[in-house]
Amino acid sequence: MVETAAVGEDTITRPVTVTVNGQKRSAEIETRLLLVHFLRQTLGLTGTHVGCDTTSCGACTVLLDGVPVKSCTVFAVQADGREVTTVEGLATAEGLHPIQEAFHEEHGLQCGFCTPGMMLTATALLRENPDPSEREIRWALSGNVCRCTGYQNIVKAVQHAAAALEGRQ
Amino acid sequence: MAATEEIRGIGHSVKRQEDERFIRGRGTYVDDVVLPGMLHLELLRSPYAHARIKSIDTSAAAALPGVVAVVTGELMAQHNLAWMPTLSGDTQAVLATDKVRFQGQEVAAVVAESAYIAKDALELIDVDYEPLPAVTTPQQALEAGAPVIRDEKEGQTDNAIYHWEAGDKEATDKAFADADKMVELDTFYPRCHPSPLECCGCVADVNPATGKATIYMTSQAPHAHRTLFALVAGLPEHKIRIISPDIGGGFGNKVPIYPGYVVATAASLLLGRPVKWIEDRTGNLISTGFARDYHMHGELAVKDGKISALRVKMLSDNGAFFADAQPTKCKAGLFHIVTGSYDIPAAHVETDGAYTNKAPGGVAYRCSFRVTEASYLIERLVQTAAYELGVDPAEFRRQNFIKPDQFPYTSATGFEYDSGDYEKAMDLALERIGYADLRTEQEEARKEGRLIGIGIASFTEVVGAGKGSEYQIAGLRMNDGAELRIHPTGKAVLKLSVKSQGQGHETTFAQIVAEELGLQPEDVEVQEGDTDNTPYGLGTYASRSTPVSGAATAMVSRRIRAKAQQIAAHLLEASEDDLEWKEGRFSVKGAPDRSTTIQDIAFAAYTNVPDGMEDGLEGVYYYDPPNMTYPFGTYAVVVEIDRGTGAWKVRKVVAVDDCGVRINPMIVEGQIMGGLAEGFAIAAMELITFDEEGNCIGANFMDYLLPTSWETPAFELAETVTPSPHHPIGAKGIGESATVGSPAAYVNAVVDALAHAGVRNLEMPVTSDKVWAALEEVGLAQ
Repeated sequence: MVETAAVGEDTITRPVTVTVNGQKRSAEIETRLLLVHFLRQTLGLTGTHVGCDTTSCGACTVLLDGVPVKSCTVFAVQADGREVTTVEGLATAEGLHPIQEAFHEEHGLQCGFCTPGMMLTATALLRENPDPSEREIRWALSGNVCRCTGYQNIVKAVQHAAAALEGRQ
Repeated sequence: MAATEEIRGIGHSVKRQEDERFIRGRGTYVDDVVLPGMLHLELLRSPYAHARIKSIDTSAAAALPGVVAVVTGELMAQHNLAWMPTLSGDTQAVLATDKVRFQGQEVAAVVAESAYIAKDALELIDVDYEPLPAVTTPQQALEAGAPVIRDEKEGQTDNAIYHWEAGDKEATDKAFADADKMVELDTFYPRCHPSPLECCGCVADVNPATGKATIYMTSQAPHAHRTLFALVAGLPEHKIRIISPDIGGGFGNKVPIYPGYVVATAASLLLGRPVKWIEDRTGNLISTGFARDYHMHGELAVKDGKISALRVKMLSDNGAFFADAQPTKCKAGLFHIVTGSYDIPAAHVETDGAYTNKAPGGVAYRCSFRVTEASYLIERLVQTAAYELGVDPAEFRRQNFIKPDQFPYTSATGFEYDSGDYEKAMDLALERIGYADLRTEQEEARKEGRLIGIGIASFTEVVGAGKGSEYQIAGLRMNDGAELRIHPTGKAVLKLSVKSQGQGHETTFAQIVAEELGLQPEDVEVQEGDTDNTPYGLGTYASRSTPVSGAATAMVSRRIRAKAQQIAAHLLEASEDDLEWKEGRFSVKGAPDRSTTIQDIAFAAYTNVPDGMEDGLEGVYYYDPPNMTYPFGTYAVVVEIDRGTGAWKVRKVVAVDDCGVRINPMIVEGQIMGGLAEGFAIAAMELITFDEEGNCIGANFMDYLLPTSWETPAFELAETVTPSPHHPIGAKGIGESATVGSPAAYVNAVVDALAHAGVRNLEMPVTSDKVWAALEEVGLAQ
């Protein structure tokens, strides 16, 4: 059980159990708690960021049962009984995920704020389409905003990761 | 030995040292900071652009369980904190007391046990407003009888802020009188917003036992902010520690001090607990430092095919408080770089600023103090002149460029350009884009009814603001420091006054040390952002990290190398003058076997120094730049226009940048591509605008359109290298060139597609409806 943030007297709470990065995490939470705040505040997983509050920028992207969602517009209770992957779940004991290595190799990040969401969207793309064209990559990432890089190196990073995952590198 | 492998110093595309934590989600941004007992602060903002506050009732909010305090302007006034000074020597309301002056202005704050409760409580605050007429353009603001926005200011009877001139009016008037031709352009550089993906915020922790205020904040300039906090809040400066942790993008937005920081700090002081304030996106867009909002009129006088004079009148919309970031002596920033890359014998620039009922804080958005507006105007104006004279726009530029042998070149508005070769950069861009062929293709396409446009911008920037004696902000000289400590085992810590917001300082600055001292970059840890732990300096904006702190880093490294040479002489039992230095090693001239490495010297510095020498191998250097640096380049853009819809599509972008010596080419190119994307955004879609009542349109990312990977074009980059003669490593700075130079290139391209039909101007953002209206007007619409 995890400590919950302070709640007001009239708030409605509910117990949830969410499998986050392979671990079952349970907490009594306010029903209005957003998934991003559950991850960041209740569980202390601060790699998922809030950029816009309106589902526009994708900084808060996580995978919910393998599908990218913007966790600023998902209630934590909607994730009850489901699986969430955050950036903290990408690397394994063996090392970095190929998408993480690719972002480093291709200089696909600058300030790093969009990077977790960008990488998670990219992993979902590559699972569905292991050898995407540049246009397919650009389309798949178009729900994630980056202010620093101009996207070109992010696209290269996804191509790099695709090659690595396919064993082409 | 480390010294035997190639040192990855200047010129190496070293992969970034900071990446590891970001790709693992282990960065520490301000919102990631959690302290024991921490409270949460939320701001109530004004729904009106201009209104008198009749009363504020906070009782219901204060009664909500979980609410710890409700703060109003009245409470702040009791502590003399209802107003604060701005970076331009004006004042700004922290929390409104008398009036609200823009929509989104901070009116009250709730401090609660959670951010959710604090937001609930905001809805329970009852403010009684008496709406007043809103002033939403600077033209309206300066009309006689306009409502006076800053009526609380003694002696302020209208909405004028400043009038400022540069250049020689008489000489300019004379050149215009003698001219063969005069070309003019009226244009508006609209309000846009830097919108870093991370909004602003802080965690203020005033320790009631020690009185020490530790403030984690989204700050591009932590040292300047510490001093300003001391001046604003009256706190002793040694009891203030600003920690700027990882910053999720800045682009100028995190230069000013915002009311949220001040209220959170005051609340922590009063409540004795840490207080976190994290702005939401709407708050960021409607209240924090916007950019541009310049109405510009430019005139070029041309004689015998050469520009003989430039005359500019500019009107700036500064919002409700004059809070621009800029050197004190320059009321319009460095706008007078408006003569650009051209040898213009006479120029006169007149600028006026006005208060309006709009958000304050004209920061730069990835540009050095209004250089973007200046660059946009001259590049649009030169393009216009070329059409009017019937000369090819590239040729007209060539005829008027400052020539390489004219450097150092003093411009008609008083800047001393350090170095440049503008023709070389333009020729490379023209070659890479295939200019001659494109002009032929354009002709052919027109015959088939297709519209292609080729836009060029040959910009010159002025960045790295200093020298300190001439350039100051809020009385602080624009210098920066670097402190370098070499540990006994030859590993180093470099502490800087600047603060990366994504620029990769932890890698590039380590490479400067690597170059100068022969250590590998991974043996140098770069620290910045903590004012208790780094030397003083004015921070990162205006592309000044490399020009100023980068120079300080080179200089402190050289100072340490001089001491290392003395120690080496002692270790090698040779005279200092007999030693030569190469890649981390001192050797005796003519006897290369007798040598010692920087690592051995470092150990000796703490264990075996010559008699009379102080132990240690460390130093600090404060760099006061002798001049600014002048990066330049040419951007070329090809677009195609859809005559049916007015939509335009970028076919190709070529960017040739000359930022002097490149420390890490990979990072430099990353900076350029980011700027090209933001330049495209400004040219094509980003806009903060207002309705007649002063309601902000562009208050979230559904209305303020940021380009995604789908809209953003691909970029082709190339370089020329003209070192800065006065910078220790010849670097000029690159963070902003592309945002400064590229908007004009994109707009010039779209205008170029329609120029044969007489179209001379399209206003940014150049949306398809504007293009369609222009097509319609000249009979090209389909």
